[in-house]
Amino acid sequence: MSSRRSRSSRQTGASMISEDQINDLVLQLHRLLPELGNNHRRSGKVSASKVLQETCTYIRNLNKEVDDLSERLSQLLESTDSAQAALIRSLLM
Amino acid sequence: MASLVSDTEPPTYLNSTPTDLVRRKKRQSASSAAASSRRNNAASATAGDGDSHAPWRSEKQQRSYSANLIQALQQVRLSSPAAETPYPTAQKRGKAFREAADRALAVSARGRTLWSRAILFNRFKLKFRKQKRPRPAAIPAVITRGSSSSSSGRGTKKRRVTVVKLNKKSIPTVNRKVRVLGRLVPGCKKESVPVILEEATDYIQALEMQVRAMKSLAELLSGSGSGSAPPPI
Repeated sequence: MSSRRSRSSRQTGASMISEDQINDLVLQLHRLLPELGNNHRRSGKVSASKVLQETCTYIRNLNKEVDDLSERLSQLLESTDSAQAALIRSLLM
Repeated sequence: MASLVSDTEPPTYLNSTPTDLVRRKKRQSASSAAASSRRNNAASATAGDGDSHAPWRSEKQQRSYSANLIQALQQVRLSSPAAETPYPTAQKRGKAFREAADRALAVSARGRTLWSRAILFNRFKLKFRKQKRPRPAAIPAVITRGSSSSSSGRGTKKRRVTVVKLNKKSIPTVNRKVRVLGRLVPGCKKESVPVILEEATDYIQALEMQVRAMKSLAELLSGSGSGSAPPPI
């Protein structure tokens, strides 16, 4: 961990990115997040670490949701026959 | 098959890989659907290229994704009876399903993002190592083309960046959290900070679309295919 941190703080390449660009990206990320408790905190700055924390949680939740849905869908698809699947395919295209 | 390959533009070489696997069963429907969805997608991609939010929410993207998803699911369903275990566990089926859905999602990304390339190459490399495919000549060509294009793509996309400490914000904490985030997004374990943030925004939107599509599909199936059109998302 410490080696990774020191490597990132050392200047490795030609172009350098400023805090503002990072802040912009973090803000963009923050806009995507579900606005649960953020409505009253729409002032200028949002805490970057908090946004990142919420992003990690949100991605984990989404992954879990996709896993549950895919399990449910696989069970559902096992029970339906090919005629219904063909019907669904024709509906979606 | 040859017409499908020649029809694609150079950046969409990734489309040929999963459709190669799907094309075993439904050739005509795959080619027609993929071609029409690709044409639609080309229009939406050129229109929404500047805005990062539009492509994942457009109707055409959803249509193309659902088409790919259905094909991938058919693939999973047809391959599961051929598995060695006569009654695969729910976990295994769910996992295979998830992988097929992820693959469809990555294809819909049309190779513009890191995580989609990582998903496709991981699955492809795993399959390549697991069993001998009946068409070995096509696969090394795709892999070499894929690796060269991905390295060139990454060269244009990823810049060697460092973070300049301008104020008293705790940089190591932010960096650590960004690394954690990078581990969650596939293929971004060793990327720089802004790249990880960019990939994360795209990945979140793609996951949201995947959740929406699967939810509506599940509703449709559990309603036993009543024959009406699916509700607009």
